[in-house]
Amino acid sequence: MFRSNVLVCGGTGCTSSNSEQIIEKLNEEIKAQGLDKEVNVIRTGCFGLCALGPIMVVYPEGAFYSRVTPEDVPEIVSEHLLKGRIVTRLLYQETVVDENTTKSLNETKFYAKQMRIALRNCGVINPELIDEYIAQDGYAALGKVLTEMTPQQVIQTMLDSGLRGRGGAGFPTGLKWKFAAANQADQKYACCNADEGDPGAFMDRSVLEGDPHSVLEAMAIAGYAIGASQGYIYIRAEYPIAVKRLQIAINQAREYGLLGKNIFDSGFDFDIDIRLGAGAFVCGEETALMTSIEGKRGEPRVRPPFPALKGLFGKPTVLNNVETYANIPQIILKGADWFRSIGTEKSPGTKVFALGGKITNTGLVEVPMGTTLREVVEDIGGGVPDGHTFKAAQTGGPSGGCIPASLIDTPIDYDNLIAIGSMMGSGGLIVMDETTCMVDIAKFFLEFTVDESCGKCTPCRVGTKRLLEILDKITKGNGTLEDIDRMEELCYYIKENSLCGLGQTAPNPVLSTLKYFRDEYVAHVTEHRCPAGACKALTNFHIEADKCKGCTLCARNCPVGAISGKVKEAHVIDTEKCIKCGVCMEKCKFNAVVKK
Amino acid sequence: MKSLAELQAIRDKARASVNIRENAGAETRVLVGMATCGIAAGARPVLNAFVEEVAKRGLKDTMVTQTGCIGICQYEPVVEIVTPGKEKVTYVKMTAEKAVRVVNDHLVNGNVVTEYTIGANAIGAK
Repeated sequence: MFRSNVLVCGGTGCTSSNSEQIIEKLNEEIKAQGLDKEVNVIRTGCFGLCALGPIMVVYPEGAFYSRVTPEDVPEIVSEHLLKGRIVTRLLYQETVVDENTTKSLNETKFYAKQMRIALRNCGVINPELIDEYIAQDGYAALGKVLTEMTPQQVIQTMLDSGLRGRGGAGFPTGLKWKFAAANQADQKYACCNADEGDPGAFMDRSVLEGDPHSVLEAMAIAGYAIGASQGYIYIRAEYPIAVKRLQIAINQAREYGLLGKNIFDSGFDFDIDIRLGAGAFVCGEETALMTSIEGKRGEPRVRPPFPALKGLFGKPTVLNNVETYANIPQIILKGADWFRSIGTEKSPGTKVFALGGKITNTGLVEVPMGTTLREVVEDIGGGVPDGHTFKAAQTGGPSGGCIPASLIDTPIDYDNLIAIGSMMGSGGLIVMDETTCMVDIAKFFLEFTVDESCGKCTPCRVGTKRLLEILDKITKGNGTLEDIDRMEELCYYIKENSLCGLGQTAPNPVLSTLKYFRDEYVAHVTEHRCPAGACKALTNFHIEADKCKGCTLCARNCPVGAISGKVKEAHVIDTEKCIKCGVCMEKCKFNAVVKK
Repeated sequence: MKSLAELQAIRDKARASVNIRENAGAETRVLVGMATCGIAAGARPVLNAFVEEVAKRGLKDTMVTQTGCIGICQYEPVVEIVTPGKEKVTYVKMTAEKAVRVVNDHLVNGNVVTEYTIGANAIGAK
């Protein structure tokens, strides 16, 4: 029996800030103090508060240490683990009430409004140990399904729960299963889409890193419901930690007979294999994904026939997203009514968001559907840092759109987001402040889609390229008002004529920024001015002579020597030489440098 | 895996190791003095005995943790048991064997083991 558990985040975020070395050092120090029989060090998945990583939680006290470095480890071991004195200086400051009292993590602003279903085991269990998953009622849902329920009952439960696909489109999962179950075939497949490609999104990766068994269990349940005996997880090779833990999980599940032949003595066979994607964004589209699993070039094809009829290898196939699957064991165990009681009527349950951009608490959050954007950004996310103001949030990545500050009280669910010209998407939520230029943002996403367009259909291949060229022209100050109209027309053309979701949604970032920030486009064109001061071609740095004290700080820091002037006299920037890096503006103590 | 019972058996066994992560807000707290004086007097076996016994009994809502020196070093190892709404009980000169009995009598059955308390052991008390 271990008297203390030390949980260290082993998600990708914390791993990239040295959590591996922390674990090594911990084991070393614990051994040196002779505590290795008393203290158990566990590498978990993501805790969500990535901004404060690397994160370490020590139980039974539940002390939440943030931004731990390997150098802090000896102190934690000798003070906390040996002598029971919590190292207050390393605690997440919000949990410190006074010198001797801390409050629990669930009472902090970041966690208080969250509700964890898909992420319930992330940061709680050791993802590389199947026993810990089983301890959290893991595989009990599969056991219940195989011993007590018919496939029809399973599908009915999914229909009743109202669970919608968390990959972005929001198609009812139960309906997908029902269609696939109705089609007769000698072989069917239950597959998992883990090809998370939206820039800034890392929900699926975190589920797979923190709780891989929940996905395996749910895939087996899907297999039973539709009559499939084989599953594939299509995951991008850029997620090495997730791939490794998935493989470990699959091996352990096979060893326990939770995958393989005659599971729970029910006569049901199911096995899962991993297929690695090379990182093409289009392979997140279902038909392209299945083509890629077949070993061919990952290109989409025309639907219908839908995968439920002709999917992988031409057989009926169900393809669900990672987060969708992670919800399913809980729905089976707690019932459809329980799930329906969470979230909104048309979008039951919770949604995981990857918070990024101009926000204090960068990280992973799971909230009930219907939570307002304000609650997510201000309460959970801790607001926009450095005294800046919230301008807009971008959801749905390159397929989504922007939600302006005026709509910050919109309750987030599938239908509300579509109504305001954005979409749920897979869950990336990028916060922007007044220094972000909306034309530039649209251009950023278009650059991405131009790169990632597979080239099979013309509207997407050529259309997005032309769209990007017009955007580029506008951000350089060479656009005309006709360009804006022409761009809008082109957007609708691409939307209506593209073959797959990639092209159909690619113009969304342009359309939604045009809808809410048209004045910014117009300012670029008519005044040759970027209101946010982000477009370099339209911005010049300038020193206001009356404010300049002639301290020479800017001139000494300018990397290209573009600033001249004598000591105690006003300085001047040579706009020909200036590379617009903004260093002078940062360094000036008198706010004499301005963007014009 | 052939049956639900088999799964349940693995679950029950594994529960003990993860329980500790959910008891952070537990009602009853067993605080073992683990300052230098406590450790020197043999507090570690006492702490481990409490952990073992609490786990063995499957006591939910009981958290075994450490604390520093409370200033009565001559009575170490000192163990305090804090239950909301009840008076704090302080056991002194503890051993692993005494710990087993405290878990059984006090934590499970609710009877304070008076003979181990500070009141019964204080200088001058007889």
